[in-house]
Amino acid sequence: MTLHARLVVTRPAFTLDIDLRVEPGEVVALLGPNGAGKTTALRALAGLTRMSGGQIGLRGRPLHTLPAESRPIGMVFQDYLLFPHLSALDNVAFGPRCQGVPKTEARRAAAALLERVGLAGRAAAKPRQLSGGQAQRVALARALAVRPELLLLDEPLAALDAHTRLEVRSQLRRHLNDFDGVTVLVTHDPLDAMVLADRLIVIENGAIVQQGTPGEVARRPRTDYVARLVGLNLYRGLADGTQVKVDELLFSTADSLDGPAFVAFAPAAVALYRSRPDGSPRNLWQATIDGIERHGDNVRVHLDGPIAAFADITPAAVADLDLTPGQRIWASVKATETHAYPA
Amino acid sequence: MLVLPAVAGLVFLVLPLAGLLIRAPWPTLLERLAEPQVLEALRLSLVCASVATAVCLLLGVPLAWLLARVDFPGRRLVRALVTVPLVLPPVVGGVALLLVLGRRGLVGQWLEATFGITLPFTTAGVIIAEAFVAMPFLVISVEGALRGADQRFEEAAATLGASRWTVFRRVTLPMIMPGVVAGAVLCWARALGEFGATITFAGNFPGTTRTMPLAVYLALETEPEAAIVLSLVLLAVSVIILASLRDRWVSSP
Amino acid sequence: MAVRRLSRWAIALPVALALAGLSGCGSGEPAASTTSASAGGAKEVTVFAAASLTGTFTELGKAFEAAHPGTTVRFNFGSSATLAQQIVQGAPADVFAAASPATMKTVTDAALAGSPATFVRNKLQIAVPADNPAKVAELEDLTDAKVKVALCAEQVPCGAAAVKALDAAGAKVTPVTLEQDVKATLTKVELGEVDAALVYKTDVIASAGKVTGIDFPEADRAINDYPIATLAKAPAGEAARRFVDLVLSQQGKDVLTRAGFEAPDQR
Repeated sequence: MTLHARLVVTRPAFTLDIDLRVEPGEVVALLGPNGAGKTTALRALAGLTRMSGGQIGLRGRPLHTLPAESRPIGMVFQDYLLFPHLSALDNVAFGPRCQGVPKTEARRAAAALLERVGLAGRAAAKPRQLSGGQAQRVALARALAVRPELLLLDEPLAALDAHTRLEVRSQLRRHLNDFDGVTVLVTHDPLDAMVLADRLIVIENGAIVQQGTPGEVARRPRTDYVARLVGLNLYRGLADGTQVKVDELLFSTADSLDGPAFVAFAPAAVALYRSRPDGSPRNLWQATIDGIERHGDNVRVHLDGPIAAFADITPAAVADLDLTPGQRIWASVKATETHAYPA
Repeated sequence: MLVLPAVAGLVFLVLPLAGLLIRAPWPTLLERLAEPQVLEALRLSLVCASVATAVCLLLGVPLAWLLARVDFPGRRLVRALVTVPLVLPPVVGGVALLLVLGRRGLVGQWLEATFGITLPFTTAGVIIAEAFVAMPFLVISVEGALRGADQRFEEAAATLGASRWTVFRRVTLPMIMPGVVAGAVLCWARALGEFGATITFAGNFPGTTRTMPLAVYLALETEPEAAIVLSLVLLAVSVIILASLRDRWVSSP
Repeated sequence: MAVRRLSRWAIALPVALALAGLSGCGSGEPAASTTSASAGGAKEVTVFAAASLTGTFTELGKAFEAAHPGTTVRFNFGSSATLAQQIVQGAPADVFAAASPATMKTVTDAALAGSPATFVRNKLQIAVPADNPAKVAELEDLTDAKVKVALCAEQVPCGAAAVKALDAAGAKVTPVTLEQDVKATLTKVELGEVDAALVYKTDVIASAGKVTGIDFPEADRAINDYPIATLAKAPAGEAARRFVDLVLSQQGKDVLTRAGFEAPDQR
């Protein structure tokens, strides 16, 4: 039941061209900024957007030649798109009815699915009477009701508030674990992607820029976008053993390699000094403070200079250092917290 | 700022009705209503307008769907053509119908030769004339509803395995129902008041083609008071029917 | 894009509807006369005349303007009954020429006109399509159920005349339609929708060969008199009387008889 796909969609000033291979039971998240083409990719898989080229194969069968209604798919839309004139039960029973299942049987199956997502009591409710989290679960049940081989989820949690999101996310993870088909989900939220997916595929400008397990992607971002998502400072340089040259700066790193390399370190690993620190620690540079903002319990300092970087420090440290924008300051990061990997 | 012109608009619309009410010959009203010709014309009007609306629904909703959902060359032209009966003076519409469906018309000739059917001067002719004039109201209303409807619901239905027809029947149609009902009401009201195309295409004969508006027009020639009575009957019946429909259909969505 | 186009329609439609409504109603409305009533010096004469007089009166109006430089004649042609109603409701007319004594009576009863004079008579003819598909030759042929006949509705003068003529002939005719005016009746014949109709001879002549007229003896029993009168409150005063004089003169008779009308003394 493996999904093999090459999706090509050409539009004026935009081209999507990506290769996908997803194993049964695997959950892949397409992650990317707005306009990267991740929703387009999902719609192409569903048959809702016409492809300019490429092909889709599921279990060796071509899918791209079929119209949406003939593809063995289930799709959860960003705002769920529950049919407003049907009850939750009839929404879930809609797919089986379209497949020719008799009404009573379709409703029985739908009721079972609603129970599975914990909504047995809301079967008669119309979509507008459901809370966001409930609607999301009905949408999932509706997509699963057609017994899809390929489950597609478009920003499944984006429409929920932070609190509901937390709860629905872990439930969704459980349901996805139980699902033995291929799952492709689209999200721009790294946390959703990390929790829900077995593998991340990062798309920028219609092309795949990085893929791997959530851990790999989080530790070793390969683009500025991914670095920002996972909260790391990222630079490209040239490695020579444990030294990486980034522009004019020379970084000592915990890893040893040669050739083009990425250097990454966490903002929390950056230390700031008003005057040049004694003992000349390595990985030291002089920067200008570009901005200061709250960041969770800490304060994020935007640094300009030979390299742009973020530094997360405690409010107490800000007070001690008496930081103001425009001020010159010394920044350093320990070699043990500076990671390098091949570019 | 808006209330003043709103009130002026209402007065403008309601004053002519007040005129009819004031000039109505109340003492002889019941007597005039009991005339069999009046009831006959009223019955014919209601039947024809209702059947014409059904015809418009049957043909107009798919046409509206075509205009709203299918991208084909010349769509703008087709959309403009659909509104032709609105701009055409109804009498001209009636003549046009005669030229096509009349005894010597392009299609009418063939209808008579093949099936022995002639449409002018028949009740079917009244229905055709009314449907011709009233259909644009339905098509425009339904097309607007279709354009306003979120097409992604239709996509969602497709991903659930619904064929085009199932999507239309079980998703699109229920979602645009308020627009369809509004269009059907407009269409019915227009058909009920239809005069020019009807008298030109279907003629005027008691019992078969003389609907209320025709009876009103002829009464106006000799007996303006009778015309007022007939108008009030038509008005009252249509208002009652529309009001009761509104409660049933156009209540909370 | 779609939304914008829709809104354009939303604006265009009511406007189009309003325009269609206006043009439909406007034609029947009397034009307000702006003439001052100074005796004999009127610049404008407003004539309300039956629709069947459209051709002849337009011609006479031009002749009148030529004979009285500086004076213009404005016409409002329409159904006699409608015109009579408009005059009763206060339309500013100088002259009323009706297609039946009954409609003129509406105006004289309201004491709005002086004594009317009959200036022409109109006679019915059987009108058949040029190819006469039902081979109609006389009034009796109209009683055949297979012959489709259109008559004017009894409420309008040509319909009343038709009933009178058919009664006189003892002919039982079941028409397929009772049209609202003589022009509509004639149109049905022109288009071949009916095999025959009873209309005025003048209308047959005006149709210029598109229909054939057949005389029948009983038509003499249902001759329609056309009365003309100046109106009591005629703003144009003397000029209105002069126009009526022209209609009644030999010149007027010539124009009218050429169109198929009969002179009242020609019985």
